[in-house]
Amino acid sequence: MSIDLETAARVAKLARIKVEEDQLPALAEEFNTILGFIEQLGEVDVEGVEPMTSVTPMALKRREDIVTDGGMQDKILKNAPDAREGFFAVPKVVE
Amino acid sequence: MLDLTYETPKPKVIAGAKHDWELVIGMEVHAQVSSNAKLFSGASTKFGAEPNSNVAFVDAAMPGMLPVINEYCVEQAVRTGLGLNAEINLFSAFDRKNYFYPDLPQGYQISQLYHPIVGEGEILVDMGPGVARLVRVERIHLEQDAGKSIHDMDPNMSFVDLNRTGVALMEIVSRPDIRGPEEAAAYVTKLRQILRYLGTCDGNMQNGNLRADVNVSICRAGQYEKYMETQDFSYLGTRCEIKNMNSMRFIQMAIEVEARRQIAIVEAGGEVVQETRLYDPDKNETRSMRSKEEAHDYRYFPDPDLLPLEIEQDWIDGIKATLPELPDVKKARFVGDFGLSEYDASVLTADAENAQFFEAAAQGRDGKLAANWIINELFGRLKKEDHDIAQSPVSPAQIGQIVDLIKSDAISGKIAKDVFEICYTTGRDPSEIVETEGMKQVTDTGAIESAVDEIIAANPAQVEKAKANPKLAGWFVGQVMKATGGKANPKAVNELVAAKLGL
Repeated sequence: MSIDLETAARVAKLARIKVEEDQLPALAEEFNTILGFIEQLGEVDVEGVEPMTSVTPMALKRREDIVTDGGMQDKILKNAPDAREGFFAVPKVVE
Repeated sequence: MLDLTYETPKPKVIAGAKHDWELVIGMEVHAQVSSNAKLFSGASTKFGAEPNSNVAFVDAAMPGMLPVINEYCVEQAVRTGLGLNAEINLFSAFDRKNYFYPDLPQGYQISQLYHPIVGEGEILVDMGPGVARLVRVERIHLEQDAGKSIHDMDPNMSFVDLNRTGVALMEIVSRPDIRGPEEAAAYVTKLRQILRYLGTCDGNMQNGNLRADVNVSICRAGQYEKYMETQDFSYLGTRCEIKNMNSMRFIQMAIEVEARRQIAIVEAGGEVVQETRLYDPDKNETRSMRSKEEAHDYRYFPDPDLLPLEIEQDWIDGIKATLPELPDVKKARFVGDFGLSEYDASVLTADAENAQFFEAAAQGRDGKLAANWIINELFGRLKKEDHDIAQSPVSPAQIGQIVDLIKSDAISGKIAKDVFEICYTTGRDPSEIVETEGMKQVTDTGAIESAVDEIIAANPAQVEKAKANPKLAGWFVGQVMKATGGKANPKAVNELVAAKLGL
């Protein structure tokens, strides 16, 4: 699989990372190197091997249905560039 | 298992300029899970709180915060699956669905694409007495809800409230087995009814706790049957998805108008483009949501913050043992045990509270009569005041008393309405009302007889007319009822008048 400039640009856009036009060839090149490595891993026969989801034999931790958090509007909004009347204020996003 | 026999309804047909077209509809219903805390945080799910006050650092996606799953939300999803006769998956896993939006601080929604918790199930959608459509459910998965953006508080800014961010949703995905706008609304109604019986979602559509995405396509007669035989989608038309509908009426209107749009395109020789659309109720049209299309590449991958969700069969069996009696079974029992019509049984089982009220009132009595009084009198009166059954001033026991008073001939149906009205407005017991107000029906033939005699004696001219024309006997019955203050047993009066006039 080979990543062309157009795909590199699309991936950057989906990730909301600004990449200048002249940077795209280098980025595509990097993608190709990474994918090349992944393809190399793909050569290993993993037939019948379960995907590893954890390095230690752990089960998914669960919580009870009890309200233990929240009630800290000030802290939640503290890092917001703009907040008004308890809301995050962001540039208008209307369909 | 219960034997529910029913006929399948005909699909809706819309006549185009050239051909007749059938509709094919599939639905994705997002139902908010009833729980105290969110799916992956300890923040409250309560509706209507101060903005951004029901938010934990996990929900706000602060760096380093990790999700921990709420076990009760899992239980609720399993309960829902069991209620829809669905397969429960012992192994499920969470994936990230990546997109950017101001009300999604993580930059991804945690969902279950590859391994949902619930597999195939079914919903029997009632379309009237003896008619129903069995709609297959493909899957149910658990996922996070997004926050809420408010656009009308400032001309240049949108305001974001993260209170809903991270609340658990069940996405219930149907197969394309729904064949018309009315069926689509009936499907949502039935699903909502089952969820409310189960207590897994309150079904409040106004608050957005139940919303539907509707997939609509059109096909020529016979194509759908070929799809059903082969499960090959190429027999069906290209579908469009109408997003985020939270009103039964708009769902129907949107389907109809979208189908007509597609018919016009195809008949003009064009092709329907698969896309996401938005319904505008003011203009009654659907519009393309291009922004969604661009972001359609969600780049799903397994969420590395969460291990797979593995549950035990014993635990599922434990939940199964606590399932309430569900609408279809309850309805069939009401028909079987109380002799109700299917229509009455449907009305009474629409809501678990209504059903409970009826059962308490009808226990050991004439079920049909109790059903009549609840549906016609009580529901009518409650509706007039915009109240629901929980606010009824009349108790099930009081309805029971009215039924008993009628059955024992203590009062006539007509007097019973007056008794009901007094009971409704004052809360007094019907048997006490009848006693205190002297409303007991006169069944003593002697008393009625003398009243009949008096009226016949006082109106010789009317007697002659009635003898010539027996229909006029009704006048005597009316006079007797008047003389006895409406308390005479009408049947006894009729018989006596006829006998005395020699009719």
